[in-house]
Amino acid sequence: MQYLDFEKPIAELEGKIEELKNLSNVSDGVLNNEIESLRERVDELRESIFTNLTRWQRVQLARHPDRPYTLDYISLITEEFIELHGDRYHSDDKAIVSGLAKIDGQSVMIIGHQKGRDTNSRKYRNFGMANPEGYRKAYRLMKLAEKFNIPVLTLLDTPGAYPGLEAEERGQAEAIAKNLKLMATLKVPIITIVIGEGASGGAIGIGMGNEVYMLENTWYSVISPESCSSILWKTWDYKEQAAAVLKLTAVDLKEMEVIDGVLKEPMGGAHRDFETTAATVKEQVNESLKRLKKLKPEKLVEQRIEKYTTMGAWETVK
Amino acid sequence: MSWFKRKDDNIQTETRKEMPEGVWVKVPETGETIHRRELEDNLWVDPLSGYHFRIGSNEYFSILFDEEKFEEIGNEIQPTDPLGFEDRKKYSDRIKNSQEKTGLSDACRIGVGKMNGLDVVVGCMDFSFIGGSMGSVVGERLGIAIDHARENKIPLIIISQTGGARMMESVLSLMQMAKTSAKLALLEEEGVPYISYMTNPTTGGVTASYAMLGDFNIAEPGALIAFAGPRVVRQTIGRDLPEGFQTAEYLLDHGFLDFILPRTKMKPKLTQLLKLVLHK
Repeated sequence: MQYLDFEKPIAELEGKIEELKNLSNVSDGVLNNEIESLRERVDELRESIFTNLTRWQRVQLARHPDRPYTLDYISLITEEFIELHGDRYHSDDKAIVSGLAKIDGQSVMIIGHQKGRDTNSRKYRNFGMANPEGYRKAYRLMKLAEKFNIPVLTLLDTPGAYPGLEAEERGQAEAIAKNLKLMATLKVPIITIVIGEGASGGAIGIGMGNEVYMLENTWYSVISPESCSSILWKTWDYKEQAAAVLKLTAVDLKEMEVIDGVLKEPMGGAHRDFETTAATVKEQVNESLKRLKKLKPEKLVEQRIEKYTTMGAWETVK
Repeated sequence: MSWFKRKDDNIQTETRKEMPEGVWVKVPETGETIHRRELEDNLWVDPLSGYHFRIGSNEYFSILFDEEKFEEIGNEIQPTDPLGFEDRKKYSDRIKNSQEKTGLSDACRIGVGKMNGLDVVVGCMDFSFIGGSMGSVVGERLGIAIDHARENKIPLIIISQTGGARMMESVLSLMQMAKTSAKLALLEEEGVPYISYMTNPTTGGVTASYAMLGDFNIAEPGALIAFAGPRVVRQTIGRDLPEGFQTAEYLLDHGFLDFILPRTKMKPKLTQLLKLVLHK
């Protein structure tokens, strides 16, 4: 388990528990009592830290290297999954995984950003930063889902669309723009869940759900706190403040009515308990599917267009 | 993440200056001077080098609309500060200062009028207003423009000049990408033509939504057009960028533009194009 800076006190106590456990190979009443009381202290400490998280701390949790990723959710919430590859023009983008799955007997097209967990797989997945091919693969598979009347589930977890030379050369902006236009009028339900980082165009490029949810410790914004700091404060040092003013947490977005709900994570974050987190996600997917499947295609499109064309904040002055 | 780290301090992104003051104007690329009157007569394009000075919605409306007559719509939509955003300055102060400095209410205006006798709706961004950034007002006004085009079956032209989505409205700015794209999808269903005209610069969330969704994607010569700007790309790849990277000419060569159109030929060529589409 990797610990974030604000989790240090928890890490210390948990380390102590481990030490004591190693000492008490034979059953030792005194040590066991000690361990039990330390466990209680850890739980209290964790609760006090995690019920008062700052926005920046949530950003850190969203990026936690042990957090469940798209493929983890796929293996935990589906009975079957066949991965489908490639955009048919250029290549297969490893930063977006996609394919047909069954969730409680229902066929679903799943499309999600994918990060890696160690040095090699991080590089292989390009840190979850998709190239235009990823967005074009998503486009192709959303069209396919529409053809066979299969609902789409998208899982967002990206630090941004890849800002590389070839990505620009092959039309990163055009690829994302085309997806937005397609998702607006797609005739099957789209459910979107932010499972980690929702950074800007790279996130919304697969994120225009009829219903959108965020896990409790995730963020979704037009820019990362670091980049925002570098542009507005002209230094990288104001990322905490930037995170605060960007109001980028699940609760913030629910208040702004940009998302439909906040999905609770286990105490200590999603990475502490994959199964419970996945169960929460699955429950939400099933509930949304049940609701959206009742809508006729025209109604689904109407609902989605109504949702996105009314977003924003302005004053009307006559 | 390596691309978050700025390698050198104080890197300045090259931007073209707003129209300078004075009777004699210096052309940045050549260093020559030109009389302001001569420049104005040539629509703020240097006749010798073809350098396009940046102009705003006032000038574009004058160029496109017959006898410079048009009706402005969407003005009832005015900016606010939904997040109470504050960095080194308050967003509400930025808005007020920009309004005082530019005489504009936000970074986009909508004009409805005639172009060589053809009815057109023109949405035009202004870079001078907070870097032409797209917040809720830009998205909503463009939404009104697209609706007007769709309901009245009038061709739509959007002129972009922008650094991208406006940070100070955070995710609400991001959602304007979804809003404008959704509105354009409806416009498409009605078969109403939409021309996207990209000027210097067109970057970020605007490029990744309405700017790239034209039936015709057209750009001014030399315009910077990008998703991620050159500074960010340079940091990502850690080496210098090829000559002409992300210019209009580069995008044309890579298949993302229909053609490049100098401002001086803008009105007749756009008219010709629309007449071809409309069987006129």
